[in-house]
Amino acid sequence: MITARDARAAAAPAAALWDVERIRKDFPALHQRVHGKPLVYLDNAATSQKPQAVIDALVAYYSLENSNVHRGVHLLSEKATQAYEEARVRVQRFLNAAEAREIVFVRGATEGINLVAASYGRTWIGAGDEVIISTIEHHSNIVPWQLLCEERGALLRVIPVDDAGELLLDEYARLLGARTKLVAVSHISNALGTVNPVKRMIEMAHRQGVPVLVDGAQAAPHLRVDVRELDCDFYVFSGHKALGPTGIGVLYGRAEWLERMPPYQGGGDMIASVTFEKTTYNALPYKFEAGTPHIAGVIGLGVALDYLSGLGLDRVAAHERELLTYGTATLQAAPGVRIIGTARDKASVLSFIVDGVHAHDVGTILDHAGIAVRAGHHCAMPVMRRFGVPATVRASLAFYNTREELDALGAGLREVREIFG
Amino acid sequence: MSELRELYQQVILDHNRKPRNFGKLDGANRTAEGYNPLCGDQVRVYLDIEAGVIRDIRFEGSGCAISKAAASMMTASLKGKTIGEADQLFGRFHDMLTAAGNGGAAAELGKLAVFSGVCEFPSRIKCATLPWHTVRAALAGKDEPVSTE
Ligand SMILES: Cc1ncc(COP(=O)(O)O)c(C=O)c1O
Repeated sequence: MITARDARAAAAPAAALWDVERIRKDFPALHQRVHGKPLVYLDNAATSQKPQAVIDALVAYYSLENSNVHRGVHLLSEKATQAYEEARVRVQRFLNAAEAREIVFVRGATEGINLVAASYGRTWIGAGDEVIISTIEHHSNIVPWQLLCEERGALLRVIPVDDAGELLLDEYARLLGARTKLVAVSHISNALGTVNPVKRMIEMAHRQGVPVLVDGAQAAPHLRVDVRELDCDFYVFSGHKALGPTGIGVLYGRAEWLERMPPYQGGGDMIASVTFEKTTYNALPYKFEAGTPHIAGVIGLGVALDYLSGLGLDRVAAHERELLTYGTATLQAAPGVRIIGTARDKASVLSFIVDGVHAHDVGTILDHAGIAVRAGHHCAMPVMRRFGVPATVRASLAFYNTREELDALGAGLREVREIFG
Repeated sequence: MSELRELYQQVILDHNRKPRNFGKLDGANRTAEGYNPLCGDQVRVYLDIEAGVIRDIRFEGSGCAISKAAASMMTASLKGKTIGEADQLFGRFHDMLTAAGNGGAAAELGKLAVFSGVCEFPSRIKCATLPWHTVRAALAGKDEPVSTE
């Protein structure tokens, strides 16, 4: 029963409502010990932990509704199909897409990008054409374009960054030209945390008639995404970084593009009719969903996005901003630590190096203090080269992290100094 | 903490800070490069082999403390050894890191036994073995960079 008190609480300002301890209770994996220490999970950019609701949804699906979608005449198949398609509508709302058929389920951000490279790329990108990416992309937003360019005789152009990790928009403006056929850029950099000014970059590209793909793998769980406000042509993200299961992700594509694009893979579900002479393809989005999809994953993703929306992405972002400020100060106070990536607009990621100590050694020592971070090149080797470091340590935050956990990181870094002198 | 101290023993930290036989070896007749894509450790070894004996050996590269110390101590222990002895040493070293509770191997390794703590850290074993794999590649005359993956 909802009481008046509840109603008032709901109307109170967001900050007053943020009860991180209660939120943490929803995430069973956070409550364990590693190497005898309470887990401090700061590897959220690699993958997020999952709320119980998502885990329950997977169990419920496999326990009760399990059957194939879009093909059964029986009740279970109808239920599964309904749950699957409802999840699509949840994703549509999450991204504020105009239509549910603009939501294509894929394995993750990587597959979404490969789909666009293969389908859009092979159709509209030819010899001498150009694709623009940036210096701070994840390998998954570099290599598919390299493969495409190699195959088509096209050219890959790269937007440079300044020492803070911000894209140089003047250079970007110069790169955009008559030969540009696509811009593919991350919303948030996984290696530096830079929030790229994608709305402005899309405007600039559109003025030249160039479509834009946004890699939202790091953005979807951290800020409110509105594909219509951004006016992007493609947007991809991975479920597992946004509280959902692994193996499921989303490609949003503007219907006008998806309609004109050829299928990515052939198989069941993506056809309307097949003869040996001619196959006609299914309507959107099924044209791009060949074979039995990851049904449980899709259902789990729907629940994950509902959970995020329930918290409110604006409040999530506000809490994380506060944590990022606190974490930045913690690192600045730690001996011999230098932060890599100091963009004015940053989210979630603290990438750093420790003077005289390799990132891998820092990672091992922190792990022994129960602190999970990533050490390495973060699938962004060009970023490492640009900043002249072999690797960095990356602490990446989520809304369920706390100041106490960042204090533990600070203590862990003092231990690194103790050991390495 | 004690496991960590086992891993980062003073000898290892010392070799990390002041690696021995570091830098290019002029007049080397064998060389190879090793790379660990997981953490970016990169090492190049140079050997001067005559009549089946390692007359001199040096290395250069960048990497974590474990890989750097492993390379440094490896060069110190391989100098003057025959290729057969080097192979045998690598075998023992490898066994110490991978075969659980094999105290026997550690006993025959002399100073290299300080790496025995690495076997408690599965993700770091490749850091310690990378320079050894690289020497093997050099001895086998392989020009392709060896990778731990
Ligand atoms: C910015 C960015 N793009 C793409 C990816 C690839 O995501 P996935 O491996 O889930 O396909 C990642 C994952 O680390 C990422 O951080």
